[in-house]
Amino acid sequence: MVSVLTKIFGTENLETAEDVVQQTFLDAINIWKLKGIPDNPSAWLFRVAKNKAIDIIRRNKFSVQYDFNDNERKLLTSEYSLAVTMDSFFKEELVKDDMLLMMFACCHPGISEENQITLILKILCGFSTAEIAKAFLTSEDTVSKRLYRTKEFFREHKIKLEIPSVHELESRTGAVLNAIYLLFNEGYNSTNSNDLIREDLIEEAMMLCKLLTENKHTQLPEVYALMALMCFHTSRSNSRLTAEGEIILLKDQDRNKWDRQLIQRGYEFMDIASFGKYVTSYHVEAAIACEHCTAKSFEDTNWKRILEYYEWMCRFYPSPIKELNKVVAVMQVHGAAVALQAFEKIQDKKKLETFYIYHSIHGEIYLKLNQLSEAKIYFGKALQLTQSERERTTLKDKISKIDAMKN
Amino acid sequence: MKEYLFLFRGGDVHSGKLSPEQNQAHMQKWMQWMGGLQEKGQLGGAQPLNTSGKQITGNKKVITDGPFMEGKEMVGGYLMCKANSYDHAVEVAMGCPILDFEDGKVEVREIQELKM
Repeated sequence: MVSVLTKIFGTENLETAEDVVQQTFLDAINIWKLKGIPDNPSAWLFRVAKNKAIDIIRRNKFSVQYDFNDNERKLLTSEYSLAVTMDSFFKEELVKDDMLLMMFACCHPGISEENQITLILKILCGFSTAEIAKAFLTSEDTVSKRLYRTKEFFREHKIKLEIPSVHELESRTGAVLNAIYLLFNEGYNSTNSNDLIREDLIEEAMMLCKLLTENKHTQLPEVYALMALMCFHTSRSNSRLTAEGEIILLKDQDRNKWDRQLIQRGYEFMDIASFGKYVTSYHVEAAIACEHCTAKSFEDTNWKRILEYYEWMCRFYPSPIKELNKVVAVMQVHGAAVALQAFEKIQDKKKLETFYIYHSIHGEIYLKLNQLSEAKIYFGKALQLTQSERERTTLKDKISKIDAMKN
Repeated sequence: MKEYLFLFRGGDVHSGKLSPEQNQAHMQKWMQWMGGLQEKGQLGGAQPLNTSGKQITGNKKVITDGPFMEGKEMVGGYLMCKANSYDHAVEVAMGCPILDFEDGKVEVREIQELKM
């Protein structure tokens, strides 16, 4: 709803759009309390929002705050065409497109990544400032500041809600996918919250990506690849945690709990993704996830192929994190000794120093090599770095096991 | 390009005689017509007018209610647009949905450039 209203008022008046939505919901609470919920609540909400928007347009016709020069908006200035034009803005089939356009606006290259995601959560997913702050373990103040800055950016630059032109489409879609990917990762492996899996974030990420697959302009191979990747990963959600919310390692997961239907959908998206002319890191990551989903057991997993994928990734999209992932695959294929060599060869280790998994894997290698005191040191380092309660418990478990082995 | 003023008279659009559905369908036509003008960069502005009004007359500035005249004779709305010539303006005016009604009228007037 905010997307539609933003299209009407312009991104420079994002706040007006948000106010209208808020007012609409307040009205709903007040009126529904007395009269009960109407037959079609969403139609009711849209009608009320529409009328409020019409009021605002009428009140502000002579104000410079609103830019009526746009073709579609010009028709809002005449009473002859105001109501009908407003209706056409609110047509259901267009609402989805507007969300898509809003996504592109939120991921404008002039906006920093964290601000992009903050805005997406606020505008497109309807998260409150407090919820966003909780999801990223920052203060509400910080979130408000981020939102304020982004809105300032919109005000200054009057970003239009539009699909980027053809020559920009790929890079702009890349930015959108990146934001979705980060959002998904935060949901899948929450670094900042007591819940290791944030299903709400996962759902929102998949919903946003699905929008991209539904619009003919943005049906790019990498969009499908990311969709496949998310399906494969999400299929395992149910088996990743114990009833108490403790993490279960891939090795020990009950594969019967994996969601076959989602895996199937993953395959389908993967199929479409492979029609593209090029391969992106999403393709390869999806392929790796696919290997895991296909394997009947941890031992059955085709680690060799997974290692090949990782090697490919490190060659074309090198990053310390990918190197680190490769080490895990190396350990499965060639054993811990070789893995240690690979580990030591990782470039740019500094970037990983603050990353608990880095130390945790380091510890894991030493554990396999039976060098217990080293293992303990690195698990200890990892323990200091993660804020997630669940991960901490897992690490503490490992350390106490080592202590037991030593004695 | 010259500027033209269209004055609308008659037509049930201003009389409130249409049912809500008919009105909706009719206003749809206005949007399409004006949308077309807007896309060509011809649309200046347009508004319907209420039937009640006031008149101020002469240097004594006498205020009276009115104009009182038959509904179909009264100006019910206006539109400003750009066109190359009278012919062009008339052609544009032909598309006006007020002409769906038998008593609908569009008066086309060119804006005069005052030579000073």
